[in-house]
Amino acid sequence: MKLILQIWRQAGKTAKGGFEKHELKELDPNMSVPEMLDFLNEKLIKAGKDPVAFESDCREGICGQCGFVINGHIHSPEKSATTCQTHLRSFKDGEELFLEPFRAAAFPIKKDLCIDRTALDRIIGQGGFIGVNTGQAPEANSILIAHDTAEAAFDAAACIGCGACVAVCKNASAALFTGAKISHLALLPQGKLEAKKRVQKMVAQMDKEGFGSCTLTGACEKVCPQGISIAHIVTMNREYWKS
Amino acid sequence: MFYDTVKGGDFRSREANVYRMAECSLPLIDQAVAQGVPFAREYSGYLSNRSFGGVQVSRTFYARGQTGQQLLQGAYQSLIRQSVDGNVTLYTRHEMMDLILLDGKAKGIVARNLDTGDIEIKEADAVVLATGGYGKIYYLSTLAMNCNASAIWRAHKRGAYFAAPSWTQFHPTSLPQLGDYQSKLTLMSESLRNDGRIWVPKKQGDQRPPHQIPEEERDYYLERKYPSFGNLAPRDISSRAAKEQIDNGHGVGPMQNAVYLDFADAIRRESKSAIAKKYGNLFDMYKKITGMDAYEQPMLISPAAHFSMGGLWVDYELMSNVKGLFVLGEANFADHGANRLGANSLLQACVDGYFISPHTIMNFLAGEVPEMSIPDEVKSSYLKQNKSRLDKLQSIQGNTTAEGFHRKLGIILYGKCGLIREKETLVEARSEILTLQQAFYQDLTVPPGQNLNFELEKAARVEDYMELALLIVEDALQREESCGAHFRKEHQTPDGEAKRDDENFQYVSVWESLGENQHKLHKEALNFEYIKLSERSYK
Repeated sequence: MKLILQIWRQAGKTAKGGFEKHELKELDPNMSVPEMLDFLNEKLIKAGKDPVAFESDCREGICGQCGFVINGHIHSPEKSATTCQTHLRSFKDGEELFLEPFRAAAFPIKKDLCIDRTALDRIIGQGGFIGVNTGQAPEANSILIAHDTAEAAFDAAACIGCGACVAVCKNASAALFTGAKISHLALLPQGKLEAKKRVQKMVAQMDKEGFGSCTLTGACEKVCPQGISIAHIVTMNREYWKS
Repeated sequence: MFYDTVKGGDFRSREANVYRMAECSLPLIDQAVAQGVPFAREYSGYLSNRSFGGVQVSRTFYARGQTGQQLLQGAYQSLIRQSVDGNVTLYTRHEMMDLILLDGKAKGIVARNLDTGDIEIKEADAVVLATGGYGKIYYLSTLAMNCNASAIWRAHKRGAYFAAPSWTQFHPTSLPQLGDYQSKLTLMSESLRNDGRIWVPKKQGDQRPPHQIPEEERDYYLERKYPSFGNLAPRDISSRAAKEQIDNGHGVGPMQNAVYLDFADAIRRESKSAIAKKYGNLFDMYKKITGMDAYEQPMLISPAAHFSMGGLWVDYELMSNVKGLFVLGEANFADHGANRLGANSLLQACVDGYFISPHTIMNFLAGEVPEMSIPDEVKSSYLKQNKSRLDKLQSIQGNTTAEGFHRKLGIILYGKCGLIREKETLVEARSEILTLQQAFYQDLTVPPGQNLNFELEKAARVEDYMELALLIVEDALQREESCGAHFRKEHQTPDGEAKRDDENFQYVSVWESLGENQHKLHKEALNFEYIKLSERSYK
């Protein structure tokens, strides 16, 4: 199949960027989007041109490294899929695709489609953990956890930290990311002790990093490749007022 | 668990290490639960278990199909906590390029900042490598794109011994290759084999859709050959059995390179919603990748390179023969023998990191004087060597990308040093790799620029893979027996199972680098004090 690509090229954080056009023929509909870029890069390198910088590691939707915007869709036009889980069969033969990096003030562009997501690590650093040192843990079955509670905590813990929720949000809010972690840990008995301090510090860090406010539009929930529910934002807000 | 692991590894692991790992397995679950890892729970609130390949009891703790991801999150969160507290300084996006030795001791590393391209020296009193496995050397594998052997290979070239390099596990439940463009193979969790039944059509080249093939024309070959373990036979055996079926013309799917994993019986028995609850995320993932619905038709699965049992040689304290160099997790060799059992990778990585190395490194440091002692001329010499290595790769300016060479290397290894090996083709593989290695230095092309340059990273990794591939082939040639994942065609029982030679090969092959693709063999004898060696049977 054939596709026309308009790819965002930007040399560095402060450089001016713009779209660059490439026409690709002989594509296989079963290729994933990163594989299509591998194919393009191979051609660019052999022609002595600069290959497109993009990140992708696991290529099965679990590492959160890939992710860019395809024709305005965050990650993918498919539902609950990362960019690497998007295959060319999702597009029409001859279609023109605009590929851009996730855009948010807190995610500076490193090069082309690569962004710096370390702001999310810094939010986790303010309490997105349980403060247990190695070797202190009691017998795991000594604290029973109801089946449904463990399942609900898992639903929140499934976040892969890709930043799609931030990229789609009109305010570039990280409420879904932060809410999911707060909710995951607040649900579990082990995490309850630190819940108050955690929510205050994580929310403060979220603001400090330049993420916007949440207005509960719900766009984040729609693009989340793990299908994480905005109910976790509600949990975060409740935890916040409780604290 | 101790016995299962030793047997699963075909009696080629170090008994004491396995015993220690088994003893540490419950404290690890306690540790992970305390960190907030949401393991599955029964309705009573107790932790839930399920079974895995090579095991006849349910004793694997799990978090849906994402146990590894969740253990990783637990470790990541704890690490970030320590870094915010100032106990750890993280240098993310740095790749180790070299190991610095001073008077034979590991005293630091050379690392490249992958974002800026700066080559830096980090001094240390001890160096710990937890850099994972090298299954990606086969190009198509279940590993992430950036997994590589460079850190352990560079340490090996500086003197650290490499043990059992050819023992690579092929995972039976990967998705098959669909085309030449493909960059990786996706793994479907082994847990699926708890409920899925594996089969192929009895007739060779049968291209009918699966639902049109009646029950009596299907061969449930694992259930037939291994009645007591059935679909839960260990990975090496399941993978080899699948390869035999595919090679004998029973393969299914568009490239006839797969076998079926069928859930129809489980869905009839337990209902679709019960199966969805157990494996829903895996079925969704399968649909995303292949566009097919596994509730309606059987999954297509195929063996793929997955785990390196081999790695840098370590002693019981997890220290290599280079003093002060510790190697943890998949990067070392000790616990899995010639085949790893399901879930034991996570277990070993976590146990090495949480429980063993914190003590053994202290033992080592107790005898050391802490100091920053690398002389400036040593530093500049290391920097110069590593810089010129990258310059050399960029100066070739040929016409084949690193990816192109890697793909070719993968084809050689899969074909001639993969699931089934034999002397003749191994010798061919050796000369083909040598030719490819020469071509690499004549025809490689890497884009210019030393800052953010993914191609330069790849080129350096592929350069290391070429050398490692030669050692893998050497090791496979040297071991004139079959054990676990290392199956030599010349050494099999009358019914086609791996035939060990305990008299001559009850040892680990440990290789010392002599430079220029040359190696010297050392042997570590394996002595079993508690376990009696037997033929490994899963019938």
